[in-house]
Amino acid sequence: MTTIAAQGSATTPPTPPRGRRSKVGLERINWPVTIILFLCVTTVLLPLYVTVSMALKTSNQAVDGNALSLPSPVSVQGFVDAWQLTNFPVGFGISLFVTAGTVVATIVLAAFASYAIIRNWDRRMFRWSFFYLLGAMFIPFPVVALPQIQLTGRFALDNPFGVILLATMFQLSFSVLLFTAFLRSIPIELEESARIDGASTWQTFWRIIFPLLAPMSATVGIFAFLYAWNDFMMPSIIISDPDLQTLPVRQYLFQTQFSSNYNVAFASYLMAMAPAIIAYLLAQRWVMEGVTQGAVKG
Amino acid sequence: MSATTATPKAPTTTTPRRAPRSSRKVEPIYYLFLFPAVALFTFAITIPGIIGIFFSFTDSIGIGEWKFIGFVNYVAAFSDPAILSSFLFTFGFAFVTVIVVNVIAFGLALGLTSRIRFKMGLRAMFVIPMVVSGIIIAYVFQFLFQNTVPSLGGALGISTLETSILANPDLAWIAIVIVTAWQAIPGTLLIYIAGLLAVPGEVYEAADIDGASPWQQLTRLTLPLVAGYVVINVILGFKNFLNAYDIIVGLTGGGPGTATRSIAMTIISGFMGGDYAYQMATATMFFVVAIIIAVLQLMVTRGRSSI
Repeated sequence: MTTIAAQGSATTPPTPPRGRRSKVGLERINWPVTIILFLCVTTVLLPLYVTVSMALKTSNQAVDGNALSLPSPVSVQGFVDAWQLTNFPVGFGISLFVTAGTVVATIVLAAFASYAIIRNWDRRMFRWSFFYLLGAMFIPFPVVALPQIQLTGRFALDNPFGVILLATMFQLSFSVLLFTAFLRSIPIELEESARIDGASTWQTFWRIIFPLLAPMSATVGIFAFLYAWNDFMMPSIIISDPDLQTLPVRQYLFQTQFSSNYNVAFASYLMAMAPAIIAYLLAQRWVMEGVTQGAVKG
Repeated sequence: MSATTATPKAPTTTTPRRAPRSSRKVEPIYYLFLFPAVALFTFAITIPGIIGIFFSFTDSIGIGEWKFIGFVNYVAAFSDPAILSSFLFTFGFAFVTVIVVNVIAFGLALGLTSRIRFKMGLRAMFVIPMVVSGIIIAYVFQFLFQNTVPSLGGALGISTLETSILANPDLAWIAIVIVTAWQAIPGTLLIYIAGLLAVPGEVYEAADIDGASPWQQLTRLTLPLVAGYVVINVILGFKNFLNAYDIIVGLTGGGPGTATRSIAMTIISGFMGGDYAYQMATATMFFVVAIIIAVLQLMVTRGRSSI
């Protein structure tokens, strides 16, 4: 019996080699490293904890500026005040509009252009367009910022629409790079059968190509989302009407009015940050894979 | 094999192949597919770029009359201490931040790919800063640097920390590095995790059998094998940090004085300050620097397209 028991441990199924070293024998958990990493994670969570804790204090308690004390009593007055002061619903709506517009426009325009470029790679015009579009990756926004302010003002684009156009532009080159790399790996036979059945190029794109691009579209969409939702520099100088500003810019505009009402300030910060954090926590698997995929390709 | 001196390059699937020019007709709809992207790019980048470079040779203040003045703006910019200091600050800051971010991210990636508990949960938590808006987290840290750090410094009896480092022209940049790193580490970390997971486990088994110490395994095996990922992270990071704007606006506003003004802040101030053409000259110089970095990037990453 003892021999069988001894064999039992020896015949445990080997862990599949997942690219990391799988030592022969038992997988030992490295507790020291685990503990060190948990200590490191506090540097990530501490600013977020302070934000939540400050936002839930009363004005009387927040004014002392003690970040580490717990709120007592817990109060949501900060949220109520911030909601009214910064006109949160409007800011949220504009941020949502800019972000959704940028994500959709980036995915559609980049997929369109990538498909045309890959299917006509033998034509000089399409080849050159590819390198032309890639050029944007090397142009820092500040370089073209001043003329863009003038141009958008002249064409009545000094508003959220203009921000969607420019944000899409800045995401375009990177997205075209990802889509073209992906499209090269798709065998042309997939479309040919559709064409034999009489599908037009337009139908082929929407019925066959676009669904195939879905995983890359997710990556492209995540990057566009993070940029459009969080960017401060571009909307702050393109949108001329303060009432139409996005959430990050509103925090800047209301700095002086927050003054030492820390609970109102932090409630406002929290409401601006929360949607992106919640979206990330819901879709974190895709985000982590998508970002890795995108960054390594780019 | 033929005795050619040139080494033949193995064709990779990701690099575009030169196809022979065919005489087939292109379907018109393909032009329709291509047009929006190219038109948008031309309107939003090419035309503003040309306008900007053009006006950098004038005395325009953004509106009204202007005339050509040649290289006057460039000569003035070169001897302008404000512009020189913003260039020096931005490059110094980018250099330090790239090192800090990559060292920390690589260490974390080693930990997060080893045999630990709660691996996926920890990874997910470390990535959170990537989804937080730069200017907002800068305001949170500004509060911490102004209130919490001084009171802790007072309690511990460290005189340097008793006043806010944001008010100290010599130390304010450290706060900017900390917050920028806080936000930039997650993206860098994910790339390193991808790189470390791509290393086959057999390599380490062989090293174990040969009796290599953990330190030797790190320096002789891991680092050379993920060198490509290090290059990507350093170049991407440096490019991002040169555009530093949001976090600095939130933390110090470029102060105290102009101690922490980045190039981007200097250029954008030209829109308010009436020295439009002058800052376009700054922007053009910045553009030349960006092109040089882009060329370096292409030179280094060519042939690395397989990763």
